[in-house]
Amino acid sequence: MIEYEAVIGLETHIQLNTTTKIFCGCKADSWGDPPNTNICPVCSGMPGVLPVLNKAVVEKAVLLAKAMNAEVQTDSYFDRKNYFYPDLPKGYQITQNDQPIAIGGFMDLPMEGYTRHVRIHKLHMEEDAGKTKTGYGRRLVDFNRCGVPLIEMVTEPDLRSADEVAAYLIRLRQLLRWLDVSEADMEKGHLRADANVSIRVKGETILNEKTEIKNVNSIESLRSAVEKEIKRQIKEVEAGNTIEAWTLDWDEDTQTLSKMRSKETMADYRYFKDPDLLVVHLDEAWKASILVDFPELPLARRERFISEYELPEYDADILTSERSLSDYFEQANKAYGEDPKRLSNWLMNDVMRLLNELDLEARDLKVTPEYLAEIIKMVDANTVNTSTGKSLLEKVQQSGKSPKEIVEVEGLAQVSDTGAIREIAARIVAENPDNVEKYRSGKDSLIGWFVGQVMRESRGKADPNLAREVLEELLK
Amino acid sequence: MELCDLSAFELAGLIRNREVSAVEALESALKRIEQVDGRSGSLEAGEITPEDEKKVHAFITRTEQIARAEAEVVDRKLAEGVIPGPLAGVPYTAKDIFNVRGTLSTAGSKILSNYEAPYTATPVARMQKAGAVILGKVNLDEFTHGSSSESSAYQPAPRNPWDPSTVPGGSSGGSTAAVAAGMGQLSLGTDTGGSIRQPSAFCGVVGLKPTYGRVSRYGLIAFGSSLDCPGPVARNVRDAAMMLNVIAGPDPSDSTAVTVPVPDYTAELEGGVKGMRIGLSPDFFKIQYFNHESGEMDEEPISAEIKQAVEQAADRLSEMGARIVENVPMPHTKYGIPTYFVISRVEVASNLHRFDGVKYGYRTPLAIEDLDEMYRRTRAEGFGAQPKLRILMGMYVSAAQYSAQYYQRALKVRSLIRGDFERAYDPDGEYRLDALLTPATPTPAFKFGDVYGDTVLMQYADQFTVTANHAGIPGLSMMGGLSKERLPLGIQLLGRDYDEAALLRIGRAFEVATQDAPWRKEKPQVLAGLA
Repeated sequence: MIEYEAVIGLETHIQLNTTTKIFCGCKADSWGDPPNTNICPVCSGMPGVLPVLNKAVVEKAVLLAKAMNAEVQTDSYFDRKNYFYPDLPKGYQITQNDQPIAIGGFMDLPMEGYTRHVRIHKLHMEEDAGKTKTGYGRRLVDFNRCGVPLIEMVTEPDLRSADEVAAYLIRLRQLLRWLDVSEADMEKGHLRADANVSIRVKGETILNEKTEIKNVNSIESLRSAVEKEIKRQIKEVEAGNTIEAWTLDWDEDTQTLSKMRSKETMADYRYFKDPDLLVVHLDEAWKASILVDFPELPLARRERFISEYELPEYDADILTSERSLSDYFEQANKAYGEDPKRLSNWLMNDVMRLLNELDLEARDLKVTPEYLAEIIKMVDANTVNTSTGKSLLEKVQQSGKSPKEIVEVEGLAQVSDTGAIREIAARIVAENPDNVEKYRSGKDSLIGWFVGQVMRESRGKADPNLAREVLEELLK
Repeated sequence: MELCDLSAFELAGLIRNREVSAVEALESALKRIEQVDGRSGSLEAGEITPEDEKKVHAFITRTEQIARAEAEVVDRKLAEGVIPGPLAGVPYTAKDIFNVRGTLSTAGSKILSNYEAPYTATPVARMQKAGAVILGKVNLDEFTHGSSSESSAYQPAPRNPWDPSTVPGGSSGGSTAAVAAGMGQLSLGTDTGGSIRQPSAFCGVVGLKPTYGRVSRYGLIAFGSSLDCPGPVARNVRDAAMMLNVIAGPDPSDSTAVTVPVPDYTAELEGGVKGMRIGLSPDFFKIQYFNHESGEMDEEPISAEIKQAVEQAADRLSEMGARIVENVPMPHTKYGIPTYFVISRVEVASNLHRFDGVKYGYRTPLAIEDLDEMYRRTRAEGFGAQPKLRILMGMYVSAAQYSAQYYQRALKVRSLIRGDFERAYDPDGEYRLDALLTPATPTPAFKFGDVYGDTVLMQYADQFTVTANHAGIPGLSMMGGLSKERLPLGIQLLGRDYDEAALLRIGRAFEVATQDAPWRKEKPQVLAGLA
């Protein structure tokens, strides 16, 4: 049987999270805003207006280019891409065609047991178009999205499976958020990906006719769309049919692909340099100022967490899933100074639960990394027991007070005084002759009940191990 | 003499000293409009009557109410002792290619016939801030596409005040006709291939195309974005300098508006030309054009009267101490028009994309089947012949398979044209010019209807002006005499980047040298016999 492999390239559009649009002062993010409320003469293409480049767009593009190992160009230009559509009020899109902001680059994508080297063709800056929809029996147009800054980043056809497509997008999303260049939410269109899919007999190097999958708005959906398309192509080829260069539209409701159009001859957009904009000149000083705080990137940090802290891959993956969380881990680790894995467990179980419940990022926690380290140290030193320690997380988060202060004020320090525990334990034993009888007649599991009673009486402060010891002695 | 016939400088002085009020100055201009302008341009003009043929028809939209309010503000401020702007109370007009908030801004086209601007162009806003009073929006070739102002969808088209059977030139013909006839001391025009300087020459006024980027283009409905320059039209050099002072300078809304400091253009005006080097080039004393039959470049001499006017101007300047440098080679001048035909067409085809009937402007009233049909019909009905020709040509020469052959090549020729000027102005070079003195146009104003329709020939009216747009350098045109037919003869000064001051200084020296010339005393025909 012939074995096939998929050859997939992704064309991604990344909506930058700048405050204002790329060529005017309008608010860039219109999520939830009524149509045509974030517009002005410039982005709605009134006669006579001119674009003025938002420098923040260039800066975010440079950050991403650097992170993708791309070659940032000292001089790049904007071109006009001319075509008619109602959502394009100027009749041309300002984009970069001939000389984009960055070319080349790659991402080394960690997969199960191997690394996929995904090359980047180029990155360019451009403006988004508006949206049209049908309503009230007419075509309606919303210009809010006109002029929202985008980076188009195109990979080479280096991905080989639907899983790699999903992994790439997950890593890209992580990176975009890490760099704070995009919210990268596919459901909100901050991150859009079209997949070019073809197949070939494994081992061949030719590129066969491809289809393009469009309008998919989640990573999981793209994974299944690509999977379905690969299967379809294999079936077609095995049936002796040829693959045609279709554009395929994904229907989220039915989870199916349908043919949007056959790709005819390439449209001529009559690109030419936009005379309204100057060359984007990135001199060394500007580039340096953009990159001055360039962070360690998630994949590098993940590797370091594994080698430096000897964390399992799983832990390293989770702890580096988000920049603020990984910074939090490192700060806490510094403050804690003991077993990083023990800290990792606290973070992944308890701190992350708190983050999810409160819908916060780690950097916004009132439980600072230092407070977390303090809590774990108190547990380690038996100053408080584990459950008190865990409840301290929430108390610190609510009050903003230091764990030590809370322990003192609320008297939460663990009672390790054998005398005090013995007193409580003796009372419990005296007051519950029935259970004492049962225990002594062999129902050992009742010890847990006795310990629980002691803990309750001591309002959680008793050292449970000590209580158990004392009880076992009394109940002999 | 009527207030409307004073220079902007004189009038502003009288108003500032409260010898006359801004409202009085306005009344004088309005009266002149009533006397000489006739009916304003409209889309349903009907027959052009013999009466129409005697009038100027500079306006599309008169803005009397706005003007009154602005003039009253100036008078009130003066009464309160507030120092008004440098052009306080001076009436002016704006070419109807500028957006002025709340006014119809038509570009002389049916496709924008219902477009009321929601914002104000930067140069207009600066005129407002300087206290100038807007009389209205004046006529032009449709989307500035022409050299006679006849191609406006708004008829009757403007006529030349010196002889209403001739054209005022274009595309800023409404501006230059208005200034020549006393309908506002100043006008804001635009120059893409000569559209300020050529009509200024035809109408005997001073027109200045500043260096590209000296004046913001924000709010100017674009024709050739890399060539378009807003600039002043005035009755004398000093007025042009005062207006440039007001409108020049960087603009956060236009990234191509340069940050080079703006000098006071009136400061050195009377400095004279002693020691300045002014060049003459043989390439500006003939029209060279491509002969479609023979495939060769052909040559034709320019009007002898214009040639003589330029030579006399050189003599006058020489007498005042300028060094006249002859035989400066400007070998790429002959490629100016063909290069312009490619570059401006590519840009305009793209710039006119936005007029699609979707969001503003004219939309076909016919029932349509689909979006493409709406686009086609709207644009077929909304655009006149000139924009259509230019769009077609622009589409053709920027198509993927032709772009290298035409557009990319034209950009290279453009650099060569720029090179001609750089050599002429090079301070270490052979010529070391401060300015080049040339004819502004090959002929004086031509008759109505003479060249309209033959767009190639009409473009040669721009051969001496267009190279400045390619090179980005400033150019000033002004009256240098009067023809036997009593039509103005225009001379032109071309200068170095951002050195408008030198051009204004030379122009002022020429005014001084010719102040007693008989032709200086002549007035445009339409003003004859006015009360």
